[in-house]
Amino acid sequence: MAWQMNSDRPIYSQLYDKILIRIVCGIYKAGNRLPSVRELAAEASVNPNTMQRAFSELEHSGLIVTQRNSGRVVTEDLTKIEEAKHQLALAQVNSFFANMRELGYNDHEILELVKSIIQ
Amino acid sequence: MDTNQTNNIPKDAVYAESNIPLLQLNDLCKCYPGMGTYMSVFHMNLIIPRGRIIGLLGPNGCGKTTLIKMINGLLAPTSGNVLINGMSPCPATKKVISYLPERTYLDNGMKVSQMVEYFADFYEDFSTEKAYGMLGALGISSDARLKTLSKGTKEKVQLILVMSRQADLYILDEPIAGVDPAARDYILRTIITNYNPGSTIILSTHLISDIENVLDDVIFMKNGSLMLYTSVDSIRSQMGKSVDTYFREVYAC
Repeated sequence: MAWQMNSDRPIYSQLYDKILIRIVCGIYKAGNRLPSVRELAAEASVNPNTMQRAFSELEHSGLIVTQRNSGRVVTEDLTKIEEAKHQLALAQVNSFFANMRELGYNDHEILELVKSIIQ
Repeated sequence: MDTNQTNNIPKDAVYAESNIPLLQLNDLCKCYPGMGTYMSVFHMNLIIPRGRIIGLLGPNGCGKTTLIKMINGLLAPTSGNVLINGMSPCPATKKVISYLPERTYLDNGMKVSQMVEYFADFYEDFSTEKAYGMLGALGISSDARLKTLSKGTKEKVQLILVMSRQADLYILDEPIAGVDPAARDYILRTIITNYNPGSTIILSTHLISDIENVLDDVIFMKNGSLMLYTSVDSIRSQMGKSVDTYFREVYAC
């Protein structure tokens, strides 16, 4: 099954996000090997050059590391992964608040609503 | 335009040092007789590198097929020239180009297996194994005669034959138009997985949203001229929209 892509953002950056989520959720565990560019490109139904670019960007942000013998592995630096996870969570919360404010809720009402749902 | 795209172009070892582009169009023009001064292809200049998957896009009648036919030596240019690995179209260039024409040219009475043999006999870079692998995956019987197959299945057979070659340049004229969405996905995946980093695929199509994720670059043509040649990601990052949406805006009627 091809990965779902949005139409308005570069494909490589969407691939970046999707791989990042897999790292954060532990589908690709710290220190473990990643699938090859070609395998993952086939899975996502995207051009291998585009997948390569997503990998390069992940490498650039230090989340994956290329090792001479074992190919590409997820970083063993857990704080880096935690930091990425935190950033993703912040983005989710911010977009939730933005959407709620658009509906006319103020921050207090939003918090009350969230609390009532948790109970 | 995206200057990044020229950075990581893989090159075929043989041509890496000579720096000869895979495909070069020099001031290419085509004027059909009886059309007055109307040019189907108008002063096209283009250099296509190795290792890319490129969409040739444009509205009906903008000159895509005329251009493709000139690259394949089926039409003579009115002026300008086409160079493939530095050579004008000739038997040697047909060896390195695998071409899927817009219309079927195979003998309707032949069996699928006979066509595979025919291709294997004709092209030394043809892989019989690859062809049967793809035929099997798409559930096409090799005993079937072409005339008994549906339009879409015929298209699949032809595309399989063309993609089973190990060519430098694949030119596919409307390859997935008549094919169902599930088979389309399979075909695109096949193109990606069989992708040889040294070869380039040029495909013309109107089904942009289906193939957009697979393309490196796009060529937009309008009234026979080159309008835009850039990467998919640069359209998305600069315009903030997909190639499909951008196409609909550029060519809005």
